[in-house]
Amino acid sequence: MSMHKITVTVNGAPRSAEVESRLLLVHFIRETLGMTGTHIGCDTSHCGACTVLLDGEPVKSCTMLAVQADGRQVMTVEGLEKDAKLDPIQEGFMQEHGLQCGFCTPGMMLTSYALLKRNQQPSEDEIRHAISGNLCRCTGYVNIVKAVQYAAAKQQ
Amino acid sequence: MIPATFDYHAPGSLADAVTLLDKLGDDAKILAGGMSLLPMLKIRLAQVGHLVDIGRIPGLDYIKEEGGTLRIGAATKESALERSDLIRSKYPILLDTALVIADPVVRNRATAGGNLAHGDPANDHPATMLALGASVVVRGPKGERTIPVDQFFKGLFTTALAANEILTEIRIPTPPAKSGGAYVKLERKVGDFATAGAAAQVTLAANGTIEKVGIGLTNAGPTPIKAAEAEKFLAGKKPDDATLQEAGRLAAKATNPSVDRRGSVEYKRDMARVLTVRALKAAVRRAGGQ
Repeated sequence: MSMHKITVTVNGAPRSAEVESRLLLVHFIRETLGMTGTHIGCDTSHCGACTVLLDGEPVKSCTMLAVQADGRQVMTVEGLEKDAKLDPIQEGFMQEHGLQCGFCTPGMMLTSYALLKRNQQPSEDEIRHAISGNLCRCTGYVNIVKAVQYAAAKQQ
Repeated sequence: MIPATFDYHAPGSLADAVTLLDKLGDDAKILAGGMSLLPMLKIRLAQVGHLVDIGRIPGLDYIKEEGGTLRIGAATKESALERSDLIRSKYPILLDTALVIADPVVRNRATAGGNLAHGDPANDHPATMLALGASVVVRGPKGERTIPVDQFFKGLFTTALAANEILTEIRIPTPPAKSGGAYVKLERKVGDFATAGAAAQVTLAANGTIEKVGIGLTNAGPTPIKAAEAEKFLAGKKPDDATLQEAGRLAAKATNPSVDRRGSVEYKRDMARVLTVRALKAAVRRAGGQ
C-alpha cells in the first residue's frame, strides 16, 4: 500500500490530503472532503450519478483514483451556485421540474453544464446524446431536456 | 466497491515508465484511462501489486497525418477522436467507432490505445483497426517495435505486448482515393458491449470493383476477428448485393461467439452476418460506389 499527498482544486479551493492509492475520487470528495452532493449510484461507471467535471470535462468519479486528480481542477455540484445565485442549469431543473427523486440530478446538471460551455445552443438530439451516459429512472428525460433548453435560452 | 490495495506510480516519461515496468514485471499493470481496468479492480476480477499510470507522460496525446500515415497517440481520448476535424472529415470509420464506445462521459477518460491494449474482444477499436490494416508502436527496454494489429491479439485479454512494453502509438495507412469505411454495432443500450459489431474498409478500383477490403468483427469470439475469407472472396469483385451477402455469410463463418444475456450463439453469428453486410454497404457508399 502506498500513501500519497495530493492537492486537488475543488470548486476553486485547493484541498490537500494524504490518500491511499486505491481511494476513488468519489470517496475523496464525499468522505475526505465531506461534500455529499456527488452521488454514488451503480459504482460501475454506467449511471453517471457520480459525474464531476475534471478540468472542465465530465468524468465518472467512481471510476477514477483520487491520486489521478492530483494537481487538477474538479468541479462538483456544490460549485454551480455562485454568490447565493443559482446557475442557469440549476434554475432550469427547478423551473422545468427536471427531477423527481433527485439522485441523478448532480451528475445530470454537471454533464449539461459542460455541454452548454461547448455548445451554447444544442439541439434536442445533441442534449440527449450528451446525457446518454447519465441515467434517470424517474422522469423519462423529457423534463431534463427541457431544463437544459431553459438554461441554454437563459444564457443567450 | 473498493479495489484491493496496490502501489501507484506516475512516471513522468516513457523511459521511466519502461524502466519501472521492467523492474516490477508481471506484478504491474499499466493504467491509461482506466475505464476497463478500474472497474475490473473494483469488482476484483483483477488484482495487481502496482499500477503504473501513464496518464502523466507528456506527448502521448495527438492525432496527425504524416507521410501517408495517420498517427494516433496511445493516450488520445475517445472524445478527442470524436471531436477531431481530421477524423470527422477523412476517417468516418473511426468517428463511427468513437461514437459508440461506452458513453460520452466515459469517452472523456477512455483512450484509443487502452481500447486495443486491454485485449478485450468486446472493445470496438480492434475491429476497426483490423479493417484499416493498422499497426501499433510499442516501446520496451530494447527500444521500439511495430506490430501489425492482425498479429496483436493473442487471446482473451492477451496481446503481443510484453509486461515491460507500452503501446505508444496507433498507425493507420491513409486510405487512397475511392476509399470508404464504416463501423456498425448492435447494442442493447448506450454503454453496453456489442451484441455484435462489424467494421469494413473498402477501396474501389477505377472500374468499380473492390481493389482492397478489410473486415473486422467485434465480440464474435475470444479475440477480435479478421474476416480473412470474406476479404479474399471480395477482392476483384463488383460490390453488388449478392456478393456482399455472400461476404456476410463468410464473415459469420469465421465467428465463434459465446452465449450470454446478449443472445445465443446462433443469434450473434447471424447478427455478425447482417452487420458485416451493412458495414460493407456503407463503406462502398462512402468510397463513392453504389
